[in-house]
Amino acid sequence: MAARVGRRQVGFAAFLVAGLAVAFALAFFVSPEASSKPDGLDKVAIDQGFDRTETDHRLDGSPTAGYALRGVGDDRLATGLAGVVGVAVTFLLAGGLTLVVRRRAARREIAGA
Amino acid sequence: MHIPDGFIDLPTSAGYGVVAAAGLAVCVRKTADQLDEKQVPLAGLVAAFIFAVQMLNFPVAAGTSGHLLGGVLAAVLVGPYLGALCISVVLLVQSLLFADGGLSALGLNITNMALVTAFGGYATFWLLRKVLPRTRPSVVAAAGVAALLAVVLAALSFTVQYALGGTGGASATTVGRAMVGVHVLIGIGEAVITALAVSAVLASRPDLVHGARDLQPELELRPAGTPAAVS
Repeated sequence: MAARVGRRQVGFAAFLVAGLAVAFALAFFVSPEASSKPDGLDKVAIDQGFDRTETDHRLDGSPTAGYALRGVGDDRLATGLAGVVGVAVTFLLAGGLTLVVRRRAARREIAGA
Repeated sequence: MHIPDGFIDLPTSAGYGVVAAAGLAVCVRKTADQLDEKQVPLAGLVAAFIFAVQMLNFPVAAGTSGHLLGGVLAAVLVGPYLGALCISVVLLVQSLLFADGGLSALGLNITNMALVTAFGGYATFWLLRKVLPRTRPSVVAAAGVAALLAVVLAALSFTVQYALGGTGGASATTVGRAMVGVHVLIGIGEAVITALAVSAVLASRPDLVHGARDLQPELELRPAGTPAAVS
């Protein structure tokens, strides 16, 4: 532990920016390289014959359904861009909901005090 | 491990919808008591990062792939309550925007991939932390082992759902055995990714790792799960 005492910590803002940059980079550059084989559950469903019971997703027509941005001809680019959309929306939604929860809790605390 | 519409019948799916809603309501209440300002953007980052890594299917045995579930990673970084909420946001975005995971199966998926992994996994992590030395490598190892176990727990949770309302006619025992078999392999990938991500955050900002708060000498020491006295 003593060796770490003099070490400077990364600032919080820098940490957030770096973390988001990694997330966007993974979604844009790496996700088109991901395996397209069925995942564990899909494979079991195929092997055990219950994949036939799958019904259509009601939002199959959404512009990013199936992790491909509609209207983009290049498959890899379409996947990468869908990933970027997903990272941005997820960040804003998770951060936004947490902010709402925090504000409501703070208001309750004031009202209760 | 995203369940599409149709695999599980509607009554069972609806029942799990109630279970998931109740679980998330508890998470919101518990989270509200202990949120500090840094956790707002941090929750966004954790969810966004897990969304990105969930896209990265890695190959496992024989024509099968797997991807991170992220429940233990989220729970170790921001605590199990906020962690389960982060994963639920990921699952909601995946279902609504990307048609990944059925709308009727949202409760099933939130139960398996957010609640079971975050709480089952965090309980394992916490027990391992108790028996291992109080060091950073122990935190990383405990997170990795808990991550593997959490994936198997999620596979078992699906098996229970299949036994209750599976529509395909396969025997639940056979499905369970196959689910656990493949998810042990996927769990190894989950363990590696979780351990790498936790050690990266420990190396740069150890104070942001919820599961390693007791290693921060400058912070107030208190048992896991109890709220701060003053905030």
